[in-house]
Amino acid sequence: MIKVISANRALAEAVRLARPQVIPVYPITPQTSISEYLASFVADGDLKAEYIRVESEHSAISAAVGASGTGVRTFTATSSQGLALMHEILFAAAGLRNPIVMGNANRALSAPLSIWNDQQDSISQRDSGWMQFFAENAQEALDFVIQAYKISENKDVLLPSMICIDGFILTHTVEPVNIPDQEDVDNFLPTYQPKHAYLDPKDPMSLGTFTDPDYYMEARYDMEVAMERAKEVIRTVNKEFEEVFGRKYDLVENYRCEDAEIILVAMGSICGTIKAVIDDLREKGEKVGLLKVIAFRPFPQEDIYQAVKNAHRIAVLDKNISFSIGGVLYNEIKAKIDVDASSFILGLGGRDVSPEDIINIIKQTRNPTEPDVITWVGLKEEE
Amino acid sequence: MTSIGATVKEPGSSKNYKTGSWRTFKPILDKEKCIDCENCILFCPEGCINKDYDIDYDYCKGCGICAEECPVKAIKMERE
Repeated sequence: MIKVISANRALAEAVRLARPQVIPVYPITPQTSISEYLASFVADGDLKAEYIRVESEHSAISAAVGASGTGVRTFTATSSQGLALMHEILFAAAGLRNPIVMGNANRALSAPLSIWNDQQDSISQRDSGWMQFFAENAQEALDFVIQAYKISENKDVLLPSMICIDGFILTHTVEPVNIPDQEDVDNFLPTYQPKHAYLDPKDPMSLGTFTDPDYYMEARYDMEVAMERAKEVIRTVNKEFEEVFGRKYDLVENYRCEDAEIILVAMGSICGTIKAVIDDLREKGEKVGLLKVIAFRPFPQEDIYQAVKNAHRIAVLDKNISFSIGGVLYNEIKAKIDVDASSFILGLGGRDVSPEDIINIIKQTRNPTEPDVITWVGLKEEE
Repeated sequence: MTSIGATVKEPGSSKNYKTGSWRTFKPILDKEKCIDCENCILFCPEGCINKDYDIDYDYCKGCGICAEECPVKAIKMERE
């Protein structure tokens, strides 16, 4: 059924279809309507789940870890300061190998205080052991949640997933979204059957134990192995999803990259703007393409390399800043792939990025004034 | 311990971890010199010395308190 809804609504619909049994959530702009939709689904009996009204995001993710530790499917959602408050427990959730799925409405971090969009919040949690998937639109928000459970719960992965949707740009705008049938989702995503670490009186075990130097490294190494294995699991789940629902996904999306001389690399909603600009420029004969990074973790270095290896130069667009080194996606690509690249910091704290900005980025990438320069797009001169 | 999720299925398993591996200096008691005052037994923070003055090297961390408290210097700390 196609409905015209926001990405927050789409994400909540996906959660309803995935049937988690425990949902601890704390509201925060611009995620709040996700928690409200889920509360109403539970109150109306459309979703049979324990909805826990916690007193903070730290409690929300802690309750999710506890619930997941009993072997039930679990969901939570947050944004920005809330995600930062979860920081400690994000590492615990990944280390305990809890297949929690979380929605994160990407929003700038304070200070200065801002409720508007950038991706600093989730990027800052990149080393927590969570998989991160960035949605371009509301449909992807829905589709990624359903697939994320299947990926996270896979016995070869058992790591939590974060579905990232750009605050306001996606969370509060509406677009047509295809909502799958419950029966199809139930077949694609059967009830979660925990097989590893969970509390069961018939098979008792301790979770989250103290580990001395004899054990810790192996536990962390196992997480690294699982994160690498996740790439293949994601591809398999993407294929199964396409067979049932007809929409095709991968770790990255190549948009008119095949013969492109200039390729833009970006994540999230900005990819929609870039695609429109590319279509215009292609009509004028300019060979430009977009590589949309969907999975930021696990980091799809081979997919990125294959897509950009024949380009003259690439431009990496970052809605984040790691001070004194630059955009995180740019630096990770440069660390792993030998490619000529320009770095652009843009859209911080909700600064608008227009099609003209994208055209200028392409121009600047085609004729770089100096190598490895970091450009802050639309930065105002001091008065 | 299973390293996925660091789970432990055996109760009371912390005793399997031999903290004696932390030791740099090992207490050696000369029972000929010992005057049976029980100072070392009382002062040992790990409870690693029994009534017969046998030292449990599985868990003795080599802190040296026993040697320090022995009034007749019957305990020597030797490098492992």
